[in-house]
Amino acid sequence: MESVVLVRYGEIGLKGKNRPAFENRLVQNLRRALGPEIEASVRREHGRIVVDFGGREAPRQAIDRLRSVFGVVSISPAKAAPLSLDEALAGARLLVEEKLQATKGPVRFKVEAKRSNKQFPLTSPELNGRFGGYLLRAFPRLEVDVHAPDFVLHVEVREKAIYLYTEILPGPGGLPVGSSSEGLLLLSGGIDSPVAGWLAMKRGIRLRAIHFHSFPFTSDRSKEKVIDLAGVLSRYSFEPIPVYVVNFTPAQTAIRQHVPPAMTITVMRRMMLRIASRIAAQHGIPALITGESVGQVASQTLESMAAINEVTSMPILRPLVAMDKGEIVELAQQIGTYDLSVLPYPDCCTLFVPDRPETRPRIERVRAAEADMPIDELVDEAVATVDVVEPVLEPSLSL
Amino acid sequence: MQRELYLDNAATTPVHPEVAQAIHHSLVVAYGNPSSLHRKGMEAEGIVKEARSLVAEMLGVSPAEVYFTSGGTEANALAIKGVARARQRRGKHLITTQIEHSSVLAACRDLEAEGFKVTYLPVDAEGRVDPEEAAAAVTGETILLSVMHVNNEIGTIQPIGEIVEAVRGKKEDILVHVDGVQAFGKIPVAPEELGVDLLSVSAHKLHGPKGIGALYCRKGVQLQPLFGRGTQERGLRSGTENVPGIAGLGAAIKVWQREGRPRQKELYQLKEQLIEGLLSIEGARLNGARGEGAAPHIVNLSFPGVRGEVLVHALEEKGLYVSTGSACSSRKAEVSHVLKALGLAERESESSIRISLSYTTTAEEIAQAVEIIQEAVSSLRKILL
Repeated sequence: MESVVLVRYGEIGLKGKNRPAFENRLVQNLRRALGPEIEASVRREHGRIVVDFGGREAPRQAIDRLRSVFGVVSISPAKAAPLSLDEALAGARLLVEEKLQATKGPVRFKVEAKRSNKQFPLTSPELNGRFGGYLLRAFPRLEVDVHAPDFVLHVEVREKAIYLYTEILPGPGGLPVGSSSEGLLLLSGGIDSPVAGWLAMKRGIRLRAIHFHSFPFTSDRSKEKVIDLAGVLSRYSFEPIPVYVVNFTPAQTAIRQHVPPAMTITVMRRMMLRIASRIAAQHGIPALITGESVGQVASQTLESMAAINEVTSMPILRPLVAMDKGEIVELAQQIGTYDLSVLPYPDCCTLFVPDRPETRPRIERVRAAEADMPIDELVDEAVATVDVVEPVLEPSLSL
Repeated sequence: MQRELYLDNAATTPVHPEVAQAIHHSLVVAYGNPSSLHRKGMEAEGIVKEARSLVAEMLGVSPAEVYFTSGGTEANALAIKGVARARQRRGKHLITTQIEHSSVLAACRDLEAEGFKVTYLPVDAEGRVDPEEAAAAVTGETILLSVMHVNNEIGTIQPIGEIVEAVRGKKEDILVHVDGVQAFGKIPVAPEELGVDLLSVSAHKLHGPKGIGALYCRKGVQLQPLFGRGTQERGLRSGTENVPGIAGLGAAIKVWQREGRPRQKELYQLKEQLIEGLLSIEGARLNGARGEGAAPHIVNLSFPGVRGEVLVHALEEKGLYVSTGSACSSRKAEVSHVLKALGLAERESESSIRISLSYTTTAEEIAQAVEIIQEAVSSLRKILL
C-alpha cells in the first residue's frame, strides 16, 4: 500500500492550449516545495497531480508545504491500492482504524465511491455497498449516516490504482508561480507591500523586489527587515526572491532641497517609479507591483496615482487597490509578514511625510515642482549603484 | 580603512584583551565546576573566590556579601523582588524614581501586579531627586527604596547619602537598593558609607564580558531567590557558576585598577572638552547635570531639527558610534522616559543623542568626535530643515 497526496488544481485546468505548460509548472513548483530532503515522486495523472511517497507515510511537513503552493485548490493525503477489491478494502480498514483512534463512542460515516476506470468490474453504487458493509462488520462503533457523517471515505477507482482518503484540505488556489512572467515589487518595510507581493504571486507572477534605502535617514536594521520580508514571501515560491537595494539618499536629499514640502511625497514616488522601471526594463521584467490602496493615506488618491503613473509606461499592478486596511492586516497575519512589518524601524515613507501633503496633485504643478532636480542624473546614479541581496531561504519550512 | 571611534561605552564596552585571555583560560584550562571535589573544581573555585574579593574590595565590603548574577538586570530584579517578597509582611510599599533603568521599572511593575504599591519620585530639570520629596513619600508600609546612582542616559549622580538619610529619618528600617551599574568604576561607590543595603553592578560597562554582574547584599538582609533553591551563591542564585564570566569580571577590575582608576579625574576634563565643543553648535543644549554633579563618562545633548536616530546613522557612516537615549529603549519608537521626566518636549527628546566615554578614550578622539558631529549636524540640517 503506497502513501500518496492527491493534488487538485482548478483554474489551470481551463487554460486550453496552455494547459500542459501550466501543469508542468505546478509539478515543478510542488517538487521544489518538497525540497531535496523529502523523497517523493510527483506525476501528472488525468487532471490531477499525484505525489507518491512510496511505502512511507507522507510527512506532516510535506503535506503543509504542498498545501501552500499557489495553483493548488485542495489536497488529500491518500492510500493507493492496486486495482483489487480485497486490497482496497484492506487499505480502507487501515485508514479508518487510524481515523477512529482519536475518537470514542459511535462514529457516523458514509462511503463515496467514484469509478472513472470503467474496466473495473464494480459500479460506484456497488462499491459504496461493498466498502460500507465491510467496514461496518470490521468496526462495531461505526454507523452509516449519509446526511451528516463525521467523515466520508472517498474511494476513487482510477486507471492504475484505487485511491482511498477521508480528508480534503484546501490550498491557496491561484496560479503556479512562474506561469505569468515576472513582476518587480516595490517593497517597503510596511504592512501593505508584502501583501501586494503575495497576491501577485498568487496570480502566478514570479517576484523580484526593489527597496529604496535612505541611510542615514533609515537604518540598516530597516533594510534587514525588508530582506527578511522578502524571505517570508520566498516561502511561497520556494526560491529566494532577490531584492534590489537602491541607495535613495541622493534622490531624497535633492527632493528636500528642490521640491516644495506639499509635493515631496508625489515627487518621491515618481523618482522611485522611474528607478524601478529602469531596473525592471534592464532585467526584462514587464510590470511593477505596489502596495497602494485607494484613499488609505492622503497621498494615495486617484489623482496622485495618475501623477505617479505619468513617469512610466510600464503597467503598475496594485493588488490591494480596493482592499480595506483591516483586510490587508488580516492577510498579512495569515501569510506571516505582519509581525515583521510592525517592527518599529522607520522607513523613508514615514520619516519624510510633510504636515500637509498635496492630495490631488495636478500633473503640471508636479512637473514644475521637480523641474530644478537633475532627474536623469539621479536615476542613473541610483541604477548604477544598486545592490542585489538575496534572502536566505529557510532550509526546512514550518508553516 | 575607516577608523572606528566608539563612544557608546554606556551601552557596552569592548572586552579588554587581558580580560579575553582570562575568559579563554577559564574556558579551556581552568574549566572545572567549582562544586566538584577534585582539583579542577578547586582551580575554578579559586577563580570565583578571587573575583569575589576584587568586587568586594572595589565596593569596600566583605566578599561574603557579594553574589554573582547574570548581569545588572538580574541583580536589580533579585534585589527589588527579593526584598519585597521576603519582607511583604512588614508592608507592601516601595519607593523608586521616574528615571530608573528599564530593568528596575520592570521589576516594580511585576511587583505592582502582585499587589505592591510603588511611588515613582519625580526629578528636577537636571535629573536629581529631592531628598525631602523622597522622605515625604515614606509611609508606614514602606519597605524598600531603590534609586540609581548614575543615570544611564544623562549621567546625573543622585545624592544617595542625603536621600538615604532623609528617608531613614522618617522610617528607620527601610532597606535601600542602589542600581550602581553606571557608577561602578566611574565614580566612588561605597555602599556602607552611604547606608546602602543592596547594590547592583555589571561587568560589560567596564571592559568585561556581557552576561555577568553582581549584587552586594549587606549581611543580615533577607532575600527571596528569583528561582531555584540550589546551593550556589549561598542559596540565592542556583545554577553552576558562570566561571568564564566571573573570571572576566575579576580581570576587568584588575585592568581598571591599573589603567582606569588613575584616569578618573582626567575623564572629567575630556568630558568638558566634548561638551564645550558640541555646545558651540547652534541650538545645542545639554541634558542633565554638568561638572561634579554628573558621572565623567556620559553626555546627553539635543540638536533641535535633527532626529537622534538619523544623526546616529550619519555618525556611524563616519565611523563614530553613539546612541540615542539608552540602548535598551532606543530601538523602540518612543521617547525616552528619562528626558520626559526632565521636562523635555517631545521634539527635544527626539533630537537627543548620548555620547559615552571610557577610561580608554583620548583627547584626540574627543577632538575628532566633536569635528565629525559638528559637520554631520550642519549637513543634516541643510537637508532636514
